[in-house]
Amino acid sequence: MKQKINQIISDYGADRNRLMDILLDIHDVQGYVDKEDIKLLSESLGISTAEVNETVSFYHFFSDKPRAKFNIYLNNGITAHMSGRQAVKEALEHACGINFGQVSDDGMFGLFDTSCIGMNDQDPAALINDVVFTHLTPYRVEKLISGLREGKELKEVIYESYGDGHNADPDVQSMVYNHIRKGSILLNKDYERFEVLKKELAKYSPQDVIQTIEDSNLRGRGGAGFPTGMKWRFGRLVDGEHRIIICNADEGEPGTFKDRVMLTEFPDLVFEGMVIAAYATGADIGLVYLRYEYKYLLKYLNKILAEMRKQNLLGKSINGVKDFNFDIRIQLGAGAYVCGEESALIESLEGKRGEPRDKPPFPVEKGYRELPTIVNNVETLASAVRILKNGAEWYSSFGTKDSTGTKLLSISGDCKFPGIYEVEWGTSITEVLEMCGADDVQAIQVGGPSGMLIGPRDFDNLTSSELMKWYKPSGMMVAEKFFDRKLSYSDLPTGGSMIIFNNDRELLRDVVMNFMDFFIEESCGSCSTCRNLPFIMKKKLEKILNGHGVRQDIDDLLSWGKTLKVSRCGLGQTAGNPILTSILNFRHLYEQHVQAMADYDNLFDITKSVEAANKFVGRKTEFHQSN
Amino acid sequence: MNNTIKFEIDGKIIEAEKGQTIVEAAQANGIYIPTLCNFSGVKPKGCCRMCTIKINNKFMTACTTPVADGMEVENNTEEITDIRKSIIELLFVSGNHFCPACEKSGNCELQALAYRYQMMVPRFPFLFPQKGVDASSPKIVKDQNRCISCKRCIKTIEDEKGRKYFAYKNRGNKLEVVLDEEMAKTMTDEIAQLAMENCPVGSILRKEIGYIQPIGTRKYDKKPIGSEIEV
Repeated sequence: MKQKINQIISDYGADRNRLMDILLDIHDVQGYVDKEDIKLLSESLGISTAEVNETVSFYHFFSDKPRAKFNIYLNNGITAHMSGRQAVKEALEHACGINFGQVSDDGMFGLFDTSCIGMNDQDPAALINDVVFTHLTPYRVEKLISGLREGKELKEVIYESYGDGHNADPDVQSMVYNHIRKGSILLNKDYERFEVLKKELAKYSPQDVIQTIEDSNLRGRGGAGFPTGMKWRFGRLVDGEHRIIICNADEGEPGTFKDRVMLTEFPDLVFEGMVIAAYATGADIGLVYLRYEYKYLLKYLNKILAEMRKQNLLGKSINGVKDFNFDIRIQLGAGAYVCGEESALIESLEGKRGEPRDKPPFPVEKGYRELPTIVNNVETLASAVRILKNGAEWYSSFGTKDSTGTKLLSISGDCKFPGIYEVEWGTSITEVLEMCGADDVQAIQVGGPSGMLIGPRDFDNLTSSELMKWYKPSGMMVAEKFFDRKLSYSDLPTGGSMIIFNNDRELLRDVVMNFMDFFIEESCGSCSTCRNLPFIMKKKLEKILNGHGVRQDIDDLLSWGKTLKVSRCGLGQTAGNPILTSILNFRHLYEQHVQAMADYDNLFDITKSVEAANKFVGRKTEFHQSN
Repeated sequence: MNNTIKFEIDGKIIEAEKGQTIVEAAQANGIYIPTLCNFSGVKPKGCCRMCTIKINNKFMTACTTPVADGMEVENNTEEITDIRKSIIELLFVSGNHFCPACEKSGNCELQALAYRYQMMVPRFPFLFPQKGVDASSPKIVKDQNRCISCKRCIKTIEDEKGRKYFAYKNRGNKLEVVLDEEMAKTMTDEIAQLAMENCPVGSILRKEIGYIQPIGTRKYDKKPIGSEIEV
């Protein structure tokens, strides 16, 4: 094994910057990295073992302890809980004979929770090693586990058919469904593969391309909404030995799965967008940061890249354009939501823990290996191709004045038709609810946990300036405007996630608590604020839900939330949003739980405090309660 | 080429050199901006968020942000003072800081900041987390109870090959600064001393020596932190 690991290290030129790949490969052959491997890595890469461990211990899918032959990562997202996760969890524990967080003695099975894996429209879903299993039920769990016990391979226990579209491709063979419910200009079968690259691009100068993108007013689709043309123009101006185009395919915002569908059905469109961006900015290196949860697409995506190389759409003098050299490599992540933040993503690409960088300097000035780096979302890059094909004017005919074009929405939760909807910007929430068949709506989470929770009274118009004050998707510049409830950058910006909750849902106990757990789990921990406050706020919410809250506790939460806003990145700044936006929009739920007459509750529960002692001496004590 | 620029802190116009950070420029002009994780001579990384300021209505960290001509910085406002105080309180409740028994008392920057910002009882509940003490090194004790994860030891304590003695481990509220097992064994007295001095709190302490400097004569015993900068 040691020889194998030495081979892996030398495959990557013993380059510290490739530590992610080295660790991923070691996990592929051995399932974990042990102390000896870490020592070996430390010696070969010239860094201390503590530094190697820094990366190992950061990522969810890395382990320094032996894991199982079959590691089952059951999605812990809210939509899984809403679709019977508890029953599936119990079935897994029963079938494997272990609890979650454990590995069975025979080393066959390991059970783990994992943050949203981007399958919200087909939950409960799980990853077993890197194979996705969707729509799990207790019955299927039993069949699946007994199949594996009999010695079957993972692919053999997908007893159902493969999913729709390219999910059935021989290089994918996944039971994932696309659920495309509404297409428009991106999700459109009239796309002719690489047509723009082959026929149009040579007609444009790089400056023309940038100008066209600027004219179209395309803005970043990851949620932040930075003008894409401006980013490209800036990137072109910065000097550097190389320039880098990164496609951010690390969609980790719970409830978001649009990039998964884009990469399944239109990966060529996305890669074509990267080549166009490279042409416009003068970049020569392309990187796709693909979240580990989508590893099942890797082989298929690499096949398309190989085809592009064969057709001279990647490589040297692309499509005959002299000196236009550009190639793309796919980098897998290893399970960290924060790596969707562009500077954390770059740190991860350099083999380090995904800790966001201080800005300035921005990645476009100093990014990957200190080189000018342009990071664009999957959907943004795909949109750029359509704009070049049909013109800026055509593109701006869709959407609204300040938010042109369309947006892919990932819709899940309590509705009849969860899935992907491509809608024009400016579509109102009411219209979206009609489309997806949601008729009993208590609340919607727009923009994932870091977005906000809104209630029916706000669907058509919102005049509360309060909300905009809190709403701040990762790294966005906030428009100082009020908004009504139309999806657009000036009104209700979104990275595309919408989770719907009906009136039977316990918003605070189930939804808000789940989102807080998510932020606590996914914080990188670097900022004192984001490392500590979400946990403290969650404890306070627990106190309220347990009937120990007083009015002051609600106000405390609102005021404590302010300190989170000084965190470095969007994750930290918005980590209090589940609580803050639910207080603003559903304050009555909090007030139901607090004690109306009490000013103070010190949380001391005498019965609970003496419980252990009583149990020890076998005594049952009763106290006279004053209330 | 003229490298001098002008900008404002709380309405006061000050001069600075291009390339300086706001903290450095403020310090050169006798204005104190509190810091914890910042350490002179190494690249800043806004971890503690103590030096939070406001520019154009946006929160920034003064230790990482370079000065720019005409910039208007808010430093000593009621809002920012309260945020800084809440950060100090957060650091207190999320660790186990018992000043009276700590070797670093009087030389501790966290304690000094708590005095300067007049922390009485933290607004947050004490978490009393269970944390360990790593005494495996013959030279130092790494006490996780007192660590504020500021990264100063990570950034400054290296061997001659540039390998780091300290590194982060885990993430989120399980984040810790740990000492490299191998390198701990061969740590010199000089490195141990430096690590202890660079630690703003009492998380890194040298073994077998302590309380050499009597309480009452220490750095912040007589004058509050920052007074060495303020004019």
